[in-house]
Amino acid sequence: MTILKKSVDGATPKAERQAGPFRLVFRDGLAASAVAFLVFVTLCAVFGPILIGDLATTPNFRARNQEPFDLSMGAAYFLGADTLGRSLLARLVVGARNTLGIAAAAVIVSLMLGGILGLIAGYSRGRLSGLILRLADVIMSFPSLLLALIVLYSLGPSITTLILVLAITRIPIYLRTMRAEVLEVRERMFVSAATALGANHRRIVFRHIAPMVIPTMLTIGAIDFATVVLAESSLSFLGLGIQSPQFTWGSMVATGRGYLATAWWVAFWPGLMILLTTLSLNILSTWWRTYSDPHQRWRLELTRRLQRRIQR
Amino acid sequence: MFKFVFRRSTQSIGAIIALLVLVFFLARLTGDPAYLYLPLDSTDAQRQAFNALHGYDDPIYVQFFRYLGDLTQLDFGMALSRNRPAMEVALEAFPETLKLAAIAMALALVAALVVGSLAAARPGGLFDRLATTSSLAGASAPDFWVAIVAILIFAVSLGVLPTSGTGTALHWVMPIGVLMLRPFGLLTQVVRGSMVGVLSQPYIKTARAKGVGRRRIIFVHALRNALLPVITVAGDLTASLVNGAVVVETIFGWPGIGKLMIDAIVQRDFALIQSTILITAIAIFLMNILIDLIYAAVDPRIRHQQA
Amino acid sequence: MNTPQPLLTVENLTVDFHAASGAFRAVDDVTFHVDSGETLVILGESGSGKSVSASAVMGLIDTPPGEIVSGRISYRGTDVTRMSEDKRLAFNGSKVAIIFQDPLSHLNPVYTVGWQLAETYEVHGKARGAEARRLSIEALRRVGIPDPESRIDWYPHQFSGGQRQRIMIGMAIALGPELLIADEPTTALDVSVQAQILDLLKELQREEGLAIVMITHDLEVAANMADRVIVMNAGKIVEQGIAKDVFADPQHAYTKRLMSALPDEADYRDGKSSGESEPILEVRDLSKTFLLSPGLLRPPKSLRAVDSVNFDLKAGETLGIVGESGSGKSTIAKMLLRLTDATSGEALFHGKDIFRMNPKELMKFRRRVQMVFQDPFSSMNPRMSVFSIISEPWSIHSDILEKSRWRERVIELLGLVGLRAEHADRFPHQFSGGQRQRIAIARALACDPELIICDEAVSALDVSIQMQIIDLLADLRDRLGLAYIFITHDLPIVRGFADRILVMQSGQTVELQRTEEIFRRPQRPYTQMLINASPRPKWEQSNAAHA
Repeated sequence: MTILKKSVDGATPKAERQAGPFRLVFRDGLAASAVAFLVFVTLCAVFGPILIGDLATTPNFRARNQEPFDLSMGAAYFLGADTLGRSLLARLVVGARNTLGIAAAAVIVSLMLGGILGLIAGYSRGRLSGLILRLADVIMSFPSLLLALIVLYSLGPSITTLILVLAITRIPIYLRTMRAEVLEVRERMFVSAATALGANHRRIVFRHIAPMVIPTMLTIGAIDFATVVLAESSLSFLGLGIQSPQFTWGSMVATGRGYLATAWWVAFWPGLMILLTTLSLNILSTWWRTYSDPHQRWRLELTRRLQRRIQR
Repeated sequence: MFKFVFRRSTQSIGAIIALLVLVFFLARLTGDPAYLYLPLDSTDAQRQAFNALHGYDDPIYVQFFRYLGDLTQLDFGMALSRNRPAMEVALEAFPETLKLAAIAMALALVAALVVGSLAAARPGGLFDRLATTSSLAGASAPDFWVAIVAILIFAVSLGVLPTSGTGTALHWVMPIGVLMLRPFGLLTQVVRGSMVGVLSQPYIKTARAKGVGRRRIIFVHALRNALLPVITVAGDLTASLVNGAVVVETIFGWPGIGKLMIDAIVQRDFALIQSTILITAIAIFLMNILIDLIYAAVDPRIRHQQA
Repeated sequence: MNTPQPLLTVENLTVDFHAASGAFRAVDDVTFHVDSGETLVILGESGSGKSVSASAVMGLIDTPPGEIVSGRISYRGTDVTRMSEDKRLAFNGSKVAIIFQDPLSHLNPVYTVGWQLAETYEVHGKARGAEARRLSIEALRRVGIPDPESRIDWYPHQFSGGQRQRIMIGMAIALGPELLIADEPTTALDVSVQAQILDLLKELQREEGLAIVMITHDLEVAANMADRVIVMNAGKIVEQGIAKDVFADPQHAYTKRLMSALPDEADYRDGKSSGESEPILEVRDLSKTFLLSPGLLRPPKSLRAVDSVNFDLKAGETLGIVGESGSGKSTIAKMLLRLTDATSGEALFHGKDIFRMNPKELMKFRRRVQMVFQDPFSSMNPRMSVFSIISEPWSIHSDILEKSRWRERVIELLGLVGLRAEHADRFPHQFSGGQRQRIAIARALACDPELIICDEAVSALDVSIQMQIIDLLADLRDRLGLAYIFITHDLPIVRGFADRILVMQSGQTVELQRTEEIFRRPQRPYTQMLINASPRPKWEQSNAAHA
């Protein structure tokens, strides 16, 4: 009995079934409506333009400055029409495709570029890493809108430059996240284990590090989508984003700005769509943060009634 | 600590120089200024004379070195569109933006600290849900649209506030309201999130075990810890506040540096573009150093990092 | 010992935690009492409900998600679960105080320790300002913080782990409580520091007549402190009684299982296999210096993590490297695996310096030397199946085994380490700690190595599993003729396993001897301290003076 030994700890934790995110999200009314709205907008953006044909671009002089909530012209003019009598509902649907499509493309481009640069910066510790970080600092420390304005103005506005500019201003987010994640993962024991087994850099990066960091990057991308939608809208509003005859919600607000006193709805609806889209995305990302924090998750898992009963 | 600030300073100065180089070359890509400044029927000879006068006919690298040379003598060039020294024009507009941004930021910060802390005190409660939703809406709203809707309601329909310009106190209401919206939304989120996180930290349990009351725990033990991420985000927001200023100044006709910058870009006024950007960059750089110092004052672990 | 009224009684306490999957009963109908001046140890695994019971006494359970379903906790006859908020605040700290595991996270990082100590006096209205400061300095002196007059203005991160726990204790006893709850207070500490903290607690108990409720998973600590013991499992008390009786003659099946995990006195291994053969590894003057804060103006400070270490290793031999945290033992492992470079010195593997190998030689070396790391949770990629983990060496060194035979060989290796064929397609998180370490050993065996370096390979495991893994390693050594370098902070564990032991402290060799010599005739005070630092049962202590 002289040498008593340590630790009776470490029984295998019971494999508890966790409620999946899909079931939980519908318990929260706000988060559920956000999901519903985003699904609806996405469906509109994908299939809407096929259904409505060229309604969005056809002038209809009988419907000029048609007021909203008036069904006399048919359901297509429910939200009113602009000064040329084009259905705002149809224009919103087409605008959804452009707005979401540009934002999605920008997110993908910045995610890939930022991801690769961040991977290099995190994995190599040399001069290159420092240079990449300084580049991110330059982009970060300068107002993204101004940088975008200058680039767009000098290269000339087109959808490609617009996507590129939006992507460049968001690169630092991905770059820094990726770098921090890689720095953390590369210190993990299994990376050391692989090195000691003789694994080369390519194997370590693609087999061990990349699978660990990609989920985080995708989450950041989803959250950043809202920011990109807002940035694109601002640029298009200032006239440096999308150019007519194409339009996004942002440029629709700019068009309507001139008719505020006579036809408020022309500027109002597209802005509201932007607000609802970004709000839904932000509600979901807040919800996701609570869900993925083990300290906070119970707030989503317990019904309100139970929480109130326990609280004394 | 001083080393930390020193390192940050050298980095930022490097960043500013890189930015100036970038802007110099990009601005020259926007096209020939002679077309904008001379009458439409001007001849090629007139345009060449104009370009020769301002040195735009030299190879671009010659122009660049001349620009750098002038910079060392604090000569920032003439603003073609106004026929005045560019820096003078920029420095005139800058305080207008600074006043606007400082007031908006201060209001947003105070409101966020109060609303965020109260929301975190009872997570899931009615106030929390209201605060979370409204701050999310603030962070999500497109500022140009809010500005337009505000004009529609308060200027066009009700007629209680002026549409644009400066002068009376009423002129400040809408620009500040719109400008503080996004910082308020983001900061409230950060304050609440960081406060909720801090309140679940082990040292809060220690304080409760010591017999420290709830209010003292929130405002003495937790708040100072919760401030750290708030300071970081507030620093990051400085740059995005300028974004907001550009939009707000454009819509409300505010004679600040944001509006000046847009005008300069549209008018291909190279010297003015460079001067406004230099001033903005320096302001952001000073702001970053200030943020670092505040951070170190709040968190002793940063202070001792180099010790 | 039987006072008419106990200090604290807990009756039929039941606590639930709610989650989507339903309510989890953390504490189930628990009843116990604490008398003045005694030490009650609550012994149990993590998740046994031992900490939750203590938190309930202090009113520290968050409701929701927790819920105190039923029960009564009374302190000198007053029910504390129904106290008003004000009464609770006055009670906490002054009557009952608590200290926790991991003192760094339990101290507020942005305030000085003096501020936090003085606050204890101030919120209870005992003293303020200069007087509170004076009392705080006294409290620090009391718990053995050197130079308390200047240290009082330090922040928690500037102290060592042991000192932080002393500060926590000082803060807990500041108002002279009658009961101190100590929740795993020595868990993350080195053995020598652990012994000091336990001694401090006993000393304070003697002087102040303090009752202590000690919560621990560590049988040695339990035996060292306890007058009475409560054994908890899955929220229930399974056994309680006088400490000596429970340890010597456990009644409940669960307690018996716990106690049987204590290892027997094993025979020393006498290094018979390592007689005359040439050493496979010769380490000469191995040193590693880390540069700290390369200053711009100040001369850079450096830390000599490993300082001129020398040893040999023969084929089939096991060398134990023993030291506390910061002794440089893990740095040696990293250097020998070429995960970090040596600052100076050489390590000859079959006569070739591993620090000067060209890439081709290094690849060959990596096949012959393998490793098993401390934490089996993090040493395997969570997204790879067991099959891909074990077969990874073959995809790196493509000439070892042709792909068609991989599955067969993986199953063979799994069998060798005591796992089954169907485990090959599962993922690491589906295994317990001990099973994961077996997978890590199987991976190490995949390229038929000569030497396996084990860095704290069993310290994350519980005691019965520790012995199983060491038995497995010993068995493999005899069957496959492996040599081991076995790095650990726990000297007793290598007693029956290592041929020779290298004791290290602050990067330097303290002693390198045959195992039996180390235990029977330790030459250096530090080695003696390590051997004696393991806490001894209270009933065997010569000066067993208690209330």
